[in-house]
Amino acid sequence: MSTPHPQQAPAPVPPQGAPQQADPSGKWQGLPGAAYTSPIPIKRTHLGNALASEWTKIRSVRSTMWTLGIFLLLVIGTGLAIAANTEPRDYADVPYTLPAFFGLILGQICLITLGVLVVSSEYGTGMIRTTMTASPQRHRVLAAKFLIFFLVAYVVSFCAIGLVGLITSGMHEDGSVEAAPMGGTLLKGSLYVSLLGVLALAVGALLRHSAGAITAMLGLVLVPAILPAFLMISESMRPIGEKMLDYNAPNSLSKIFEIDGGTGGTSQLWLLIGVTAAAIVGAFIRLEARDV
Amino acid sequence: MIEAVGLTKRYGAKTAVYNLSFQVRPGTVTGFLGPNGSGKSTTMRMILGLDNPSAGHVTIAGHPYRKLPNAPRHVGALLDAKAVHGGRHARNHLLCLAQLSGIPARRVDEVLGVVGLQDVAKKRSKGFSLGMGQRLGIASALLGDPQVLLFDEPVNGLDPEGILWVRNLMKQLAAEGRTVFVSSHLMSEMALTAEHLIVIGRGQLLADMSVKDFISANSADFARVRTPDTDPQQREKLTAALTEAGGQVLPEQDGALRVTGLPLPRISDVAHGASVRLWELSPHQASLEEAYMRMTQGAVDYRSTIDQRAGLQQQLPAGAPDQFAPPMPGQDQPGWYAPPPPQQGGQPFGMPQGAPGGPYGGAPAGPNPYAQQAPAAPAQAPAPTPHTDNEDSR
Repeated sequence: MSTPHPQQAPAPVPPQGAPQQADPSGKWQGLPGAAYTSPIPIKRTHLGNALASEWTKIRSVRSTMWTLGIFLLLVIGTGLAIAANTEPRDYADVPYTLPAFFGLILGQICLITLGVLVVSSEYGTGMIRTTMTASPQRHRVLAAKFLIFFLVAYVVSFCAIGLVGLITSGMHEDGSVEAAPMGGTLLKGSLYVSLLGVLALAVGALLRHSAGAITAMLGLVLVPAILPAFLMISESMRPIGEKMLDYNAPNSLSKIFEIDGGTGGTSQLWLLIGVTAAAIVGAFIRLEARDV
Repeated sequence: MIEAVGLTKRYGAKTAVYNLSFQVRPGTVTGFLGPNGSGKSTTMRMILGLDNPSAGHVTIAGHPYRKLPNAPRHVGALLDAKAVHGGRHARNHLLCLAQLSGIPARRVDEVLGVVGLQDVAKKRSKGFSLGMGQRLGIASALLGDPQVLLFDEPVNGLDPEGILWVRNLMKQLAAEGRTVFVSSHLMSEMALTAEHLIVIGRGQLLADMSVKDFISANSADFARVRTPDTDPQQREKLTAALTEAGGQVLPEQDGALRVTGLPLPRISDVAHGASVRLWELSPHQASLEEAYMRMTQGAVDYRSTIDQRAGLQQQLPAGAPDQFAPPMPGQDQPGWYAPPPPQQGGQPFGMPQGAPGGPYGGAPAGPNPYAQQAPAAPAQAPAPTPHTDNEDSR
C-alpha cells in the first residue's frame, strides 16, 4: 500500500487464528486502519552504512583520543628523545625509523586498549543491544569495526613511525654511514602494531569484557617475553623457550626494525596474521551464534 | 504486525518463555504485561533478534527480524534507556544509529526536537537523568519512521509532562496505522494507553484480549454490603442467606461484606427476605490493576514481605512477646484483590462459577489460560469445572 495517508485506505479484515484469543469474533480490534507505510522509500543497508556508523562511533568517544594521544606521545616523544641522543654513525645498517621502536614497545599497549574498547565498551554499556537492534546483520557491524579500527590504527602508527624516521634522518643523515631503508619498517612496523590492536578487538569481541580482554592481551604480549627466562633453565623446555623468545611481540618488533640485523620479522608477522585471523573467525562465529 | 509462534527460550535449566504465541496488530496500542521475571524483556529481545529462541519463531511483517533489509526503517525499539555509551553526545549517539540504516543526519536533529532534547544534543548522555535517557531511547526508536514500534517500560522515570506526551505519542502512532507494542508495570498508564493486552506469567501466555474484556473476564467486581455494626448476628444471618442464594461472601476488615456472584437487586431482595437491614449496598467496579493482580496472583515469582527488622533487634529472652506488624492490605491474603471462587479457596484465578451473566459473576467466563493450554477455545465455552482446575492449576 503506497498511499501516505493510510487512514483513507480500506481497512483489511484482521487476520484470525491467534491462539488463546479470548474473543475470536474480532470485535475487540474495532476497525484498524491499514498498516502504516513510511512515505520515504526504504533502502537496503550495506557495509558502507556500517562503516560510516563505526567511524562516527570511534571519533565521538574520548577513549579514542586518549589512547591514540598517548600512543603518539610515546612513539614520537621517546623517538625524538632517543634521536637527539644518538649520533649519525649509530645508524649504520639500521633504518632511521629505529628510534620509534622503543616508543612502539610501550605504545602497542595503547592500540591494544583501544582495540578492546572499540567492541567491549559496547558490551559494557549495553550499547551493543541498541547497535544490534539497529543492524541485525551482526557480522556487518563487526566487520566495520575491524576495518575502521585497522585503518585508524594503521594510519596513526604509520604517521608516527614515519614522522620519527623523517626527523631522525633530518637530524643525522650526513652521508657518513649507509642506513638501512626505512620503507619496510614503516609498512611492517605499523602493520604489526595495528594487527595487535585488531587481535585485541577480536579478543574483546570474544570475551565481551574490557578488563578481561585487556588483561588477556597484556598476557599474550608480555608472558612470552618473560617466560623464556624460566623455560631456558630446563633442558627439555629449552626449544619451547627459544621459539617463544623468537616470536614474542617485543622481539618481533625488534626484528622488524632490524635491531639485530635480522630477518625483517616476516615470519613473526605471518604468525601474528595467522593468530589474528583465527581470532577474527572465532569472534564472527561467536557473534552470530550467541545472544547479544 | 508482530507474530510469535510457539516462542520458547531456555537459559540452561530455566525456561524463561514457554510456547508463547500471539499476534500484535497494527492500528492499536497493545500492552504487554506480566510480573517481574515473567519473560517480557526476553520476549522483546527475541522479537528484536537479540536472543535466538530455543524453539518457535517470531516474525515482523512476515520476516524474522534479522532478515529485515533495513531493520530501523521497519521497527523502532526502546529496550533499555541505559543501553547507550555514556561518553557519546546525544546527537552522535543518534547519528551513528542513523548512519547504520542510511538515514540522513538532518533526521537526527528532527527527532531530537521531537523528544525535546535539542538543547542537550551536544551533552554526553552519561549525565542524563533516567527521563532524558528515555527520551533519547524514544528518539532512536522514531528515527526510521518505522511501522512497528516496541517500547519496554517507556514511561520509566519520566515527569508527568513526559508521561502525558508518551501516552499521546503511542496513541497517535497507533492511529497512523502503526503497530505499537508497549510493556509497562504502570497499570493506570496501561488502562489509559492500551486497547489490547497480552499478559504473560512465568513465561506463558495468560491472556490475549482487549482491555475491556480483560477487566470483565478477570473482574474483581463485587458488591460491598454493610449490616448494622450494632448487631453482628444480622451479619451472620445475611452471610448465610447470601451463600444459600448462590453468592460468595468474604468479610472485610472493617466489618463489611464483599459479595460476588449476585446482582445488587438480588442482594437487596435476599437481605429483605432475611429481614436484615443494610447500611450500605454499593457496587465496586474493578480497575485494570485489580484485574491484573487477580490474574497474575499465581504467576508472581518475586513477592515482597513485611520487613520485621528482626535482624536489627537485640535477641529477646525466650518467652518475651514478639512484636509483629499488622498485616498490610493485600499482603499474604490471596483473596484480597478478589474473593476466591467458590469451592476452592486460593485457586489462582478461576472464573467465578456462580451466576454467569450476573453483573458480578464475571460475565464472559472465558477459558482459563492456565487450565487449558489448548488454543482458541471459544468464548462461549463453559467454564472449566473445579475438578479440572484443581488438577491443572499450579
